[in-house]
Amino acid sequence: MFDIIRRNLKTGQVTVPVTAGGDPEFELVGAELKAKLSRLLNGRSLHVREVDAGSCNGCELEITGLSTPVYDIERFGIHFVASPRHADVLLVTGPVARQMELALRKTYEAAPEPRIVIASGDCALDCGVFAGSYAVYGPVESVIPVDIRIKGCPPPPMSILRALLAAVDRL
Amino acid sequence: MADDRSTGTESVTVPLDRLASTCRALSRQPRARLACAAAENDPRCPGAFAVHYVFSLPERSLYSSVGAPIPASAPSFASLTPLLPAANLHEREIREFFGLTPVGHPDPRPNLLHELWPEGTHPLRRDFDPAAARSGQPAPDYPFQRVQGEGVFEIPVGPVHAGIIEPGHFRFSVAGEPIINLEIRLGFVHKGIEKLAEGRTPAEALSLAERVSGDASFSHGLAFCQAVERLAGAEPPPRALLLRVVFAELERLYNHLGDIAGIATDVGFAFGAAQMLILRERVLQRNRELAGHRLLRGIVVPGGVTADLAGSSAESLRSFLASLLADFIEVERIYLEADSLMDRVEGTGVVPRKVAEDLGAVGPAARACGVDEDLRQDHPYAAYAELPFQVQLQEDGDVAARMAVKAAELRESVSLISRALDRLPEGPCRSGLPDGNPAAGTALGWAESSRGEVLHRLTLDSQGRVARLKIKSPSFSNWPLLSWAVRGEIVPDFPLINKSFNLSYSGNDR
Repeated sequence: MFDIIRRNLKTGQVTVPVTAGGDPEFELVGAELKAKLSRLLNGRSLHVREVDAGSCNGCELEITGLSTPVYDIERFGIHFVASPRHADVLLVTGPVARQMELALRKTYEAAPEPRIVIASGDCALDCGVFAGSYAVYGPVESVIPVDIRIKGCPPPPMSILRALLAAVDRL
Repeated sequence: MADDRSTGTESVTVPLDRLASTCRALSRQPRARLACAAAENDPRCPGAFAVHYVFSLPERSLYSSVGAPIPASAPSFASLTPLLPAANLHEREIREFFGLTPVGHPDPRPNLLHELWPEGTHPLRRDFDPAAARSGQPAPDYPFQRVQGEGVFEIPVGPVHAGIIEPGHFRFSVAGEPIINLEIRLGFVHKGIEKLAEGRTPAEALSLAERVSGDASFSHGLAFCQAVERLAGAEPPPRALLLRVVFAELERLYNHLGDIAGIATDVGFAFGAAQMLILRERVLQRNRELAGHRLLRGIVVPGGVTADLAGSSAESLRSFLASLLADFIEVERIYLEADSLMDRVEGTGVVPRKVAEDLGAVGPAARACGVDEDLRQDHPYAAYAELPFQVQLQEDGDVAARMAVKAAELRESVSLISRALDRLPEGPCRSGLPDGNPAAGTALGWAESSRGEVLHRLTLDSQGRVARLKIKSPSFSNWPLLSWAVRGEIVPDFPLINKSFNLSYSGNDR
């Protein structure tokens, strides 16, 4: 373990080389986000509660990816929290399954105002490929008010970061 | 059903009163496993049905399907569950979705449909009316199993969980810390995919198949496409079959890396988790470079694959995998030397081998109990028949064994990809299906995803549209194992044990 730690110290951040290849913007948007957050929230993080309202888990896979060292979204001041009671932002994925509608409503009601809602992914926006099913209630905005919308199946990390920046502007 | 030995499937139809005895005979064949049971509407006779039981017979590399017609006048059949516990959830699903009664089944409760639907809601019946189902009186509350006694109390968890994971409800009965009983209630992300597929062309239904479980997009797409190809009598070109192996193993790689990271996360071993997640992200980025999609969507199509590994990309994939494997081995060594990790995973969450066999467990969860099954070997598809590999087995059935199976399979995946690349012939990676629609009929398609057996049973009508699509995900087979694995364990070990299976809620609920 200490070998790797020693080498990592020499390597520096893994985020830099990897994102520089694919998405140099990620660092820029992240820096902007961090600057805004430190101005608006007095140095505390933006608290995000993720809610899967019926997704296929593709969106969750990408959202968990944001916390890996490669993106390390916490360094910009984004913190995923365990309860809606702690949340500034709800990040909602999936078409709203009928059997999740009540849980989504209750999660929204449990979050303190202003509770910015991001509908993340094609399914959250218009039910995607699941539109028309008896088991699908509707898009996220048919259940709770939506502030910000992200396209993609699933949305890539960059899109989610941009949406979080937009969420900060609504605080 | 399209059946001859070359398709690896056979099917028989028997009178309803001989269904149970025929299934019993099949279940006694060596290493036989009930893979799935499904019902369907009789296309010729409104109100009549058929049920089918599909057995895996690895000794003969055969999926054997036994079906029986059910008349409209008596919508019931004899339950196999008292004899074959693996039939339990399949038969509960047939009852709720078709309104067919498995006579003698010990558990009358619904499985996936919640109480918001009125009693008598059977969505897969042809005469199902969604508007009426939405406006009717909700069914009575779901009766959870009650454990009673002094000091016994219940802990309800979910559907919305603390982490970034899918929704499901867990009801623990505990006395102090140890878990006496865990009841798992799923269905929250039920999306009605099987009903939605009906009436669509195979090309349209493929996008649904790829979204049964996002992290198994390629495997579900592959199983579906293979069913279409069996009906069309089409064989993809050799290059496509090898490329399918490459992509299927890339999917396994990123999932196994993520699963091993998750185990480290749940014991608080942040260093190990971070290192594995860097490797996972590298595979996802490589997927995007090779195929245009991080989760490998839109790659597999009936007749082949859309992403060719042109020019130098095969060579660069080879060197990428070599460096990935070297890094993995280095981190794996640290895992195995970390007492804080190994203390938590060894002996935790044990599934006895007999339980795994009786419940029809699949994939790494079954192999970790010593059950020798892997579709890539038992029912070879794509190009697996020409790429021999070692099925990875462990004996202990605990969290450590499941982690060890996945770690060993990572190595096999790298080896399989590299040998598939060695054999990659020149030529097209996609062929058109024969002219016209695929033949009407029923066919199976399957794939060994990172969690185990994905099975699609596809019926096309005479217009070439989907008349019935039954999807059996590995998670549907394996969720009941979790209840066994946590018995007697303490509640704080539940997340760890759960993560060691890492089952898909969406794959289960569909």
